[in-house]
Amino acid sequence: MTDLTKLSAAEIAGRVASGEASAVEVAQAHLDRIAAVEDQVHAFLHVDTEGALAAARTVDERRAAGAELGPLAGVPVAVKDVLTTKGVPTTVGSKILQGWRPPYDSTIVQRLRDAGTVMLGKTNMDEFAMGSSTEYSAYGPTHNPWDLTRIPGGSGGGSAAALAAYEAPLAIGSDTGGSIRQPGAVTGTVGAKPTYGGTSRYGLVAFSSSLDTPGPCARTVLDAALLHQVIGGHDPRDSTSIPAPVPDVVAAAKLGATGDLTGVKLGVVTEFTGEGAEPGVMAAFRESVEALAKLGAEIVEISCPHFKYALPAYYLIAPSECSSNLARFDGVRFGLRVGDDGNRSLEEVMSLTREAGFGPEVKRRIMIGTYALSSGYYDAYYGQAQKVRTLITRDFTAAFEQVDALISPTTPFVAFPIGARTSDPYQMYLADLFTIPTNLYGGPAISVPCGLSEGLPVGLQIMAPTMADDRMYRVAAALESTVGTFAPPAL
Amino acid sequence: MAAISREEVAHLARLSRLAVTEEELDTFAGQLDVILQSVAQVGEVAAADIPPTSHSVPLTNVLREDVVAPCLTPQEALSGAPDAEEQRFRVPRILDEDVAS
Repeated sequence: MTDLTKLSAAEIAGRVASGEASAVEVAQAHLDRIAAVEDQVHAFLHVDTEGALAAARTVDERRAAGAELGPLAGVPVAVKDVLTTKGVPTTVGSKILQGWRPPYDSTIVQRLRDAGTVMLGKTNMDEFAMGSSTEYSAYGPTHNPWDLTRIPGGSGGGSAAALAAYEAPLAIGSDTGGSIRQPGAVTGTVGAKPTYGGTSRYGLVAFSSSLDTPGPCARTVLDAALLHQVIGGHDPRDSTSIPAPVPDVVAAAKLGATGDLTGVKLGVVTEFTGEGAEPGVMAAFRESVEALAKLGAEIVEISCPHFKYALPAYYLIAPSECSSNLARFDGVRFGLRVGDDGNRSLEEVMSLTREAGFGPEVKRRIMIGTYALSSGYYDAYYGQAQKVRTLITRDFTAAFEQVDALISPTTPFVAFPIGARTSDPYQMYLADLFTIPTNLYGGPAISVPCGLSEGLPVGLQIMAPTMADDRMYRVAAALESTVGTFAPPAL
Repeated sequence: MAAISREEVAHLARLSRLAVTEEELDTFAGQLDVILQSVAQVGEVAAADIPPTSHSVPLTNVLREDVVAPCLTPQEALSGAPDAEEQRFRVPRILDEDVAS
């Protein structure tokens, strides 16, 4: 009998549509797998067994009744705990929202339900999506299925680990500075950050509103594209949502899978191929660049001189927006309230609630943002960072006049041991060195597995112009067609 | 020289409504100093004439049709509140007792 958890989302959808497998069988197989490996991986914060089986039964009933099924009907999906799910706990990896059951669905989750996917549960993450290792979750770290002593990346480490451990064939992430792509890279899975505004932020708990972008995670490029197509597109409930159709990313992934990149010009980012990345990561990257050239792509070097300022600019802009967004956690409308003894003032209760509810990284970022926005420092910090953001955008625009897409390693280093970088917050920030420029620019980028270094996965990043998400899928699928996919040792 | 003092961190914590402990102040002062010294690199860029970017999507005045749609009931809206009374969020006292009485 086939192990249903080893199939791709496309294969599962095909089997459910043809009746070869029922959606309930598929859901049960994944729930069984979760039960078997979760004590080792801890990818989930909440498993919604009843909800998953009910959604699966609905798909089977609709099929039996001859109703038309969506392209991913019956396919299980794991959702990062940053998206609201009606009646299902949503914590954002924080104690401040422990036990909160939102009264509404985010647009992404609504679209997943409409498409007939089966939500298995909510995945672990760094608190409020701030981190690169999932160690900043208030509910304990997630373990990388490739090596359980190592981090699965972050902030969306739970989603990436769930894929690599065959607990789910599809997952949703959110990418503010690399939180989809870096976990994808270090777990040997595919993670795509859509164009900012290409996927709705309605119901996404806000961290940095001008950067936050929900997107698809999967084990294959085609699966990521199928999920992207289902969740993407204009949403009138998000005023920053782009009122234009999603580029045909599925067709692009299929075109790329033919392995022909003739006529495609790719730029290797000079600034991201020097020091800063591990030798093993660079070796895998270089080999992949040669593989892309063999498929017909023209490869050139492109300098983006302001990319080296992306990390400092990001760590001013994102904390500034976070310090404002997280003001809503005041112990009044939802979540935790601490110290309300009838004598303390609102302000005292608010301060005690936030002190007890937020972890150290969230506190650091709120204070950095408060500093950067305060009078006297605003021009030198936040104002200057916004100008640097303009220069980084100009670097991208100039590069895309010469090439179709930019490529680099996704992250400077492979999965590091749990605990290795928590004592020095800035060392943790360096994990996002190569992913952050795209967020500041707003364009799409994807991480696709490209090889191994010391037995651990390495990701290659493809960055494309705004609203040219299809381009990155074509290149990613072409690379996948030649280097293959990567599976961790059996758990 | 340190970019930020322990006293300044205490001030930031007050502004941020975080009742941090003395021990946290010691830890955060050192960590925020490292972070601020690193992010200060943005100052190296000559950008006096460069316009700032606050957002990557150039959309302005986004409007939608003014139509009545279903919304949360008061019960749903209050479902996550730590404390509620008479269909309202209940908050700790806002005014000093002297003023309130």
